[in-house]
Amino acid sequence: MAVREAEPVETLQQVKEAGLDREDLLGIYRNMLITRAVEERGHILYKQGKIPGSFYTGRGNEASAVGVATAMGPNDVGTPLQRDMGVHITRGIEPWRIFAQYMGRADGPTRGRDGNVHMGDSRLGLYTMVSHLPAMLPVGVGMALAFKIRDERRVAVAWCGEGASARGDAHEGMNLAGVRRLPVVFVIDNNQWAYSTPAHLEYAVDHLADRAAAYGFDGVVVDGTDVLAVYREAKQAIEKAREGGGPTLIESVTLRMEGHAVHDDAFYVPKELFEEWARRDPIERFRTWLRDNAELTDDEEDEITAGVKRLLNEAIERAEDSPLPDPSTVTDGVFAAPDELETPHHR
Amino acid sequence: MAEKTYLQAISDSLRLEMRRDQRVFVLGEDVGVYGGAFKVTQGFQEEFGASRVLDMPLSETAIVAGATGAALMGMRPVAEMQFADFVSCAWDQLVTVAAKQHYRAGTPIPIVLRLPSGGGFSGGPFHSQNPESSFAHIPGLKVVCPATPEDAKGLLATAVEDPNPVLFFEHKHLYRRIRGEVPDERYTTPFGKARTHRPGEDVTVITWGAMVYVADDAAAKLAEEDVSVEVLDLRTLIPWDRDAVLESVARCSKVLVLHEDTKTGGFGGEIAATIAEEAFEQLDAPVRRLAAPDSPVPFAPSLEKAFIPQVDDVAAALRELAAY
Repeated sequence: MAVREAEPVETLQQVKEAGLDREDLLGIYRNMLITRAVEERGHILYKQGKIPGSFYTGRGNEASAVGVATAMGPNDVGTPLQRDMGVHITRGIEPWRIFAQYMGRADGPTRGRDGNVHMGDSRLGLYTMVSHLPAMLPVGVGMALAFKIRDERRVAVAWCGEGASARGDAHEGMNLAGVRRLPVVFVIDNNQWAYSTPAHLEYAVDHLADRAAAYGFDGVVVDGTDVLAVYREAKQAIEKAREGGGPTLIESVTLRMEGHAVHDDAFYVPKELFEEWARRDPIERFRTWLRDNAELTDDEEDEITAGVKRLLNEAIERAEDSPLPDPSTVTDGVFAAPDELETPHHR
Repeated sequence: MAEKTYLQAISDSLRLEMRRDQRVFVLGEDVGVYGGAFKVTQGFQEEFGASRVLDMPLSETAIVAGATGAALMGMRPVAEMQFADFVSCAWDQLVTVAAKQHYRAGTPIPIVLRLPSGGGFSGGPFHSQNPESSFAHIPGLKVVCPATPEDAKGLLATAVEDPNPVLFFEHKHLYRRIRGEVPDERYTTPFGKARTHRPGEDVTVITWGAMVYVADDAAAKLAEEDVSVEVLDLRTLIPWDRDAVLESVARCSKVLVLHEDTKTGGFGGEIAATIAEEAFEQLDAPVRRLAAPDSPVPFAPSLEKAFIPQVDDVAAALRELAAY
């Protein structure tokens, strides 16, 4: 069966109907720029030997991540993955803490206990991913279960890649969400490649969103390079879930524009495919849209670009000032202490 | 005080936790309408409603992940694996997500996983295992193995209060066979404090769960032979009471470490190694381990009896130690 394929957003009027004003649009644009710049600057730091381990980026996924995160409410929660830096930026994790995380410093969100995009901040409703994708997807379903039990108008957003959609966690999580009609939105970042394995070796349906029917809820395919279309679809799904309408599966189609991680030159991806998707670069696409539809001026652009550059310069400086964790703390935090539950969050 | 079965004590404790704290809820397979495969949650749905006693799809991963996610949102889930054996399906959620989340992200995961474990009734390879050692090896998880009704009640209350993932191993062979006096009111039994099940002077047996009773029966036999055997019930493996073990070893100077789980890599090895490291000078005999042989749990009664340490096996080991 065919799922709905979302239409692009053409006009400013459509955007207004979706609930965004011009300031919001500029904010989205800025968040997409910060997202890409954090990863570009991080890549440089990695080459300089300042980032241990490996380094992952989500180039090409900026619109998808920022679009979904913009649609989330302040009390909503999510479990973003390694291509979803834009979610962290949009929800408000400060770039200096991200660089501190990259460099394994004490002020990163995981205090040097974990690296790269394995981070979150419970105050911002973001919960830290694990490498065993998509293990956090059913955890997101559990968050929605809590909202349902407590009858709260909150929504969980659970991410998954097209590769990880093959794992049982995705099935069990989506099935449970369907059975209980939980307030959860599933976002599959379909960037067409799971490391070196192409999508046609990962699944046999036309669209991953087709699977939603098997779980008893709606699915939609959206162009993940169109930030406004992603926003509109995510907003609709989130508000539907909030109103008790149950889950939605959003398949957001992009191309992973770099290797799985920086050690991988992605030689296995046809050059023409990269060229085709480079022409659909989500940031350039939105910039053009803003100039054509929202009167984005040169001055505004310059101001935003300069602001992002300044922000990241300061962020890297501050992160580099953060110490490496004290070796004597190596076992600190293996177990939680009882008073850690005496927070407003847990009461 | 009233006499209760081990199973009733667990059920009572869970009911008291749910009455005390609205955040506590139960999820698992057949825990609602049916009241659980062993009837631990019988009557719970009538008392607490279907929204706090959730019948789940056959999805161990989603059950543990669901508990974890709900705990992150401030709930206190108590999840049931229908049999401890099925926790292997949820290994990733426990070991990869729940165990490591606080260390990495600083977010506590206060979940309790109830795990009906152990053999002795021809449950076969998939309904009889004692997988506690596998989880004791994982930093970030707590492992509880009560032997008495009184402990089962108090340790479960402590587990619900604990801000970490707790694996609560309920030995199925104790469920209806073991009775004991249990206080009516709510109380907590601390983790990491061993209990002297039987005081003695000549040999000490370090054990937990159903093996406490096997050790006690063997000790009674040895008493007739004028050998005084102490039985120390660890109650919890993570954390475990090293001080109590070392104190008992210092007094008795001969030690048998006994468990129903298989021998290689079993938690008994950790205890034996600790005794060798810290109490070598106080030993009058080599530390002896008695455990199930390294095989899956067999089905046929004759084979299962050969697999699970029996009273005569324990008595024989104790005699050898006493004579050393």
